[in-house]
Amino acid sequence: MLKIDNLTAQVEDLTILNGLSLEVKPGEVHAIMGPNGAGKSTLGNVLAGRDGYTVTGGTVEFDGKNLFDLEAEERARAGIFLAFQYPVEIPGVSNMEFLKASVDAIRTARGEEPMSSMDFIKLARAKCKEVDLPQDFLKRGVNEGFSGGEKKRNELLQMMLLEPRLCILDETDSGLDIDALQVVAKGVNDLRSPDRGIIVVTHYQRLLDFIIPDYVHVLAKGRIVKSGDKSLALELEKHGYSWIDEEVA
Amino acid sequence: MTLPLRAHRAHQTLQSDTDWSWLSQWRSQAWSTFADTPWPTRKTEDFKYTPLKSLTNTDWELPTGSAKGTGRGVEFENWPRTVLTLIDGRLTDHDELPEGVTVKLLSKASAEDRVRFEQRLEAGLADNKQLFSLVNQALLSEVVWIEIAANQQLEKPLHINQIISSGAQQRVIPVRVLVDVANSARATLVETFSSEADGPVFINPITELMLADNARLTHYHLLMEQGDVRHLGAVQAQLGAYANLNAFHMALGGVLKRKDITVYHRGSGAELNLNGVYLPRGKEHIDYHTCLEHEVPHCTSQEVFRGIIGDQAKAVFNGRIHIHKDAQKTLAQLSNKNLLTSHQAEVDTKPELEIYADDVKCAHGATISQLEQKSLFYFLARGISRPEAEVMLSFGFINELLEGLEDEPVRLLLRPVLANLFAKEDIWARHLL
Repeated sequence: MLKIDNLTAQVEDLTILNGLSLEVKPGEVHAIMGPNGAGKSTLGNVLAGRDGYTVTGGTVEFDGKNLFDLEAEERARAGIFLAFQYPVEIPGVSNMEFLKASVDAIRTARGEEPMSSMDFIKLARAKCKEVDLPQDFLKRGVNEGFSGGEKKRNELLQMMLLEPRLCILDETDSGLDIDALQVVAKGVNDLRSPDRGIIVVTHYQRLLDFIIPDYVHVLAKGRIVKSGDKSLALELEKHGYSWIDEEVA
Repeated sequence: MTLPLRAHRAHQTLQSDTDWSWLSQWRSQAWSTFADTPWPTRKTEDFKYTPLKSLTNTDWELPTGSAKGTGRGVEFENWPRTVLTLIDGRLTDHDELPEGVTVKLLSKASAEDRVRFEQRLEAGLADNKQLFSLVNQALLSEVVWIEIAANQQLEKPLHINQIISSGAQQRVIPVRVLVDVANSARATLVETFSSEADGPVFINPITELMLADNARLTHYHLLMEQGDVRHLGAVQAQLGAYANLNAFHMALGGVLKRKDITVYHRGSGAELNLNGVYLPRGKEHIDYHTCLEHEVPHCTSQEVFRGIIGDQAKAVFNGRIHIHKDAQKTLAQLSNKNLLTSHQAEVDTKPELEIYADDVKCAHGATISQLEQKSLFYFLARGISRPEAEVMLSFGFINELLEGLEDEPVRLLLRPVLANLFAKEDIWARHLL
């Protein structure tokens, strides 16, 4: 479903991704770990189509199509979902309006009718419950005044409503206490399905106790330097990232 | 040719048509001050960013008083209110007045009323340095004077529905509305302006609000005229002790709009909330000048104005806070934020603090920005199209103030107006309606 081949990308003339290759098949959960500055967040942003990142080489195919032919909103409609590391606060636009606009856009792209307001409210309330957000969060401004954990749960809520083909979780565990972490992990596990791919980008092994990945990759200096199964994450936890540096050297 | 010459005939016609010598004299006074005042140029501080060219190419005449065939102006859904309809500056119709409310008209004043009008107008707040207050006085042909008796708690809002008729082209329409809220009375006043005129119109209204001690007034002043309209006027308010004024202003549409808002804190403990939004597009020009005169101690002012300026439009905001020597323990805050949605849009904003008391808390700030890229990307990353994202973000910028409104029906009236204003295609506003 996602095939990244030898990808290089820059931010303001600085090369961040440097020959990254990765293939994600439907049903798989991939964890990408790595030290600060390795390019973890850049990968998510490049895949989602954020401005300010220049792809300088390599290819990315999503469901057989060249991803870079698509604008950011077209990628979302094709089924790519980036859960933001730092979700944006948008006062004045209610969470409900935002979610409805988003769900309608995705449904329209799939050739489905927009949902009726009543059906949508019912659905959104049900999903709120699943991610343990009080329902009045739907009426509040998007992420406005939400705590770190609430913002991440709001990302999860969006992911559940949009039912993407490929989920990219960008350090969704950062800033979460153990209870929130379990809520998020449960949500992600519920989304695991044979036709959905999931990429979990994280700095710590902790999240992977709850979301068991099929593959673990170590990202360093802009490319994947080591891949393995979940035991790799435990080794990293034990030895730290310097161990990888030595190994690569 | 300047405005005094363009409006001279109107003034003369008016003067020849009255037997009320005080009124005639009162108008003459204003006319001579107005005519002697140098016509503003780019170098005149008060009009530095607001050229008055669009006023000086028409010979303005007063309405003939026979306006017909107008629509219903601005209507609110599910909001029982006492409506006073003014067409081209004349009261044409009004609902039954609630107990404790009286309305008097200058044009129909009895001999006894005339004496009261004279006293009231002379004691008024109109500022002789304000050019367009002078125009209003020089051409004054109607005053609607509303008095709310002490301790009255009005259940329904008073709605002054000002309509400019389709036949009003080349008319100058000076109206004065006086609202006196007596001790401990409480009311909501809604003023709306709309226009059906095809040609150039010059609306020149003054609203004067006198709040006695402990009076509370919620005031909406909504300029919704579209098209070939110039609207230059003022709102002046005086607050007695522990009086509370909660005001919301809005301006959209028109060729040129300029509103001078002055609030005098004259009783200790008075509170003011003054909010507003301005939304010029196309080649429109909107100018708000606000001035808060803190004359006595222990008063508060919270002022927030926001503007979205699109296309080649221009906005001006000048927010002055003047803390007089005796106004200790004043708390005054002013914020003005502007969003430019086009590279050709322009805003000139200037907060001014003038403080002569030493124990006060004052803050002011002004910003000018464009839509934030990170916010826009958040929408795009959820599949929302760029134009829809821009509409929703622009709306959100203003909606923060709408959410603070006390009256849901006003919010419900303005929401679709604003959503559609930003959306060049209906579908981009569909999630805001």
